[in-house]
Amino acid sequence: MFLRIALKSLLNRKGSVIMTLLAIGVAIFVLLGIENIRNQARDSFASTVSGVDLIVGAKTGSLNLLLYSVFRMGAPTDNISWESYQAIASDSNVAWSIPISLGDSHKGYRVVGTTDDYFEYFSYGNKRQLEISDGERFSKTFDVVLGSEVARTLGYSLGREIILAHGVVSTSFNLHDNKPFTVVGILAPTGTPVDQTLHVLLEGIEAMHTDWPQGFGPASSAVGRTPQADELIPESITAFMLGLNSRMLTFRVQREINGFAEEPLLAILPGVALSELWQMVGMFENVLRLISILVLVTSVLGLGAVLLASVRERSNEINLLRVLGAPPYYLFLLVELEALLICLCGTLLGVLGLYLTLLAVEDTLFANFGLHLSPNVFTVEGLFIVLLVFAAALLAAAIPSLRVYNKAKASA
Amino acid sequence: MIPGEGLWYSVAVLACNALFPDVFSQIPDMTIELKGVKFAHAGTPGKPVLDIDHWSVEGGQHVFVHGPSGSGKTTLLHLLSGLLACSDGEVSVLGKQLNTMSNRQRDRFRANHIGYVFQRFNLIPYLNALENIDLARSFAARGGPSTNLASSLLASLKVEEDNWHRPTTELSMGQQQRVAIARALINQPELLIADEPTSSLDQENRDNFLEMLMPLVTEHNMTLLFVSHDMSLSRHFGQVQALGDINRLA
Repeated sequence: MFLRIALKSLLNRKGSVIMTLLAIGVAIFVLLGIENIRNQARDSFASTVSGVDLIVGAKTGSLNLLLYSVFRMGAPTDNISWESYQAIASDSNVAWSIPISLGDSHKGYRVVGTTDDYFEYFSYGNKRQLEISDGERFSKTFDVVLGSEVARTLGYSLGREIILAHGVVSTSFNLHDNKPFTVVGILAPTGTPVDQTLHVLLEGIEAMHTDWPQGFGPASSAVGRTPQADELIPESITAFMLGLNSRMLTFRVQREINGFAEEPLLAILPGVALSELWQMVGMFENVLRLISILVLVTSVLGLGAVLLASVRERSNEINLLRVLGAPPYYLFLLVELEALLICLCGTLLGVLGLYLTLLAVEDTLFANFGLHLSPNVFTVEGLFIVLLVFAAALLAAAIPSLRVYNKAKASA
Repeated sequence: MIPGEGLWYSVAVLACNALFPDVFSQIPDMTIELKGVKFAHAGTPGKPVLDIDHWSVEGGQHVFVHGPSGSGKTTLLHLLSGLLACSDGEVSVLGKQLNTMSNRQRDRFRANHIGYVFQRFNLIPYLNALENIDLARSFAARGGPSTNLASSLLASLKVEEDNWHRPTTELSMGQQQRVAIARALINQPELLIADEPTSSLDQENRDNFLEMLMPLVTEHNMTLLFVSHDMSLSRHFGQVQALGDINRLA
């Protein structure tokens, strides 16, 4: 009977109740949505690179090294000589190594010069290997393998010839247009910066630059010349990734590299650097949180206001219930129950709305931003948030409830 | 039931009651007994509204109390129903001293033993007739009789069956007041308090109301305390009292 009164009383005030319910729904939607995006962004961020024990580059800040080697952001301070790379890569503790050479681009997408080991050992997420969705790995000097986003956005398919540019802006004047590359493979989407990268062999990078004696452009006489094999051994690379025989060795090898005599080098643990970087991004995270909490407060205050406004028009009802024998706390609980019901329906609405929205935008988000959002909104944290909303609503409803209680006490 | 039958029936019962009081021995001798009651509202302690030396109503009596508004009528009824507590004097209803009970006990006592009909707003507007009656029953301790009683009450009060499930706001005022009687009687209270229940009704509905109320009250052996300023109704009652005779401040 108690529940029935509350329900029917709410139905009797459909208009304001539905508005309040929607406000709660929106708050839940925003709170859970932001929480979901936040978590998954962090996960996908942290899973940008995995299985790599150390990243090595020229002496610089660890964040800078992480940014340019993994996220293809910013510029490397200096290169590493090929000899140093060879010396470290041939160490007995090193299981494998992936050299990386940066500095060229294609229509704003970065070009990475590397070796076949890149496809063999680089992994992301939960130790997932790169997969070629179309075509094959590069094998010749002028082969290029595209990240999924590059292929999709630029509309490239296998066999297409493309020109790479020196530098990293899309409007670079220094085009290597005498050395076209052929698309031989396209990678499957990973949700990492790999999607936005073009991969070529180190030899390809060297070949592009063979006839640039001053580094400012090709000598006019040399157009179209096929480079000799000995010219294709790189003099330097930008960075390299290492896999060790045992994880236990990580710190020892890191120390050795940081103290490398021939050249100043820096070795970082990608996991540590990633979490450092995420802490900087965390500011943004907190702003999002603050906004969603403000949305919650607004909607909960709205709930309180609607219930408060109803108290005056219900004084006859209060008198009647008192005469029927309802104790004052019954009326207090009645208003609280109404708040709870509004909250419950609003939450259902918000959760359902979020679920459907995530379901709808899942593919688009993944394709455009490489952000993988699973529509799973029913997490422990989500439950905690819902409980928080309920607590806040009950607290806000305590004001009208108390007013009803006091009215009931004095109704005689 | 033809109109008038109820009236004659009640007259007969009243006569029986007067001639053979022992037959109704299950009713406590004094349903209402007030001794030395002085009452002032909490907000205005310097302005007492009630000063009753002694007043009692015997069980099974149908008492008509009249008086101008502002003579402490509603306050008196609230004291009797336990909505207000009196600190000065003694208020006994059905042999129980209300002034020594806790708030919660008084609420329970009211739910179980006292029926109450107001001038207006007797029903929760968003509940239908049956739900309103159910609601009243949900507060009574005895779990309540079956819905049959609600149906038979509504039927004997001539509320058409199609109106039982309609929101009470769609019913006419006369029907609403009759549903209110059913609601007040559902817990089979020993005392029925009616506070100007006919003042919102026209003459015809007013007569209808009383013609239906009186036999039911008699049938259930209830004590009826009927408060109104409309003296023309007093002919239905065995006992007529002016509030001025009860309350020295009126």
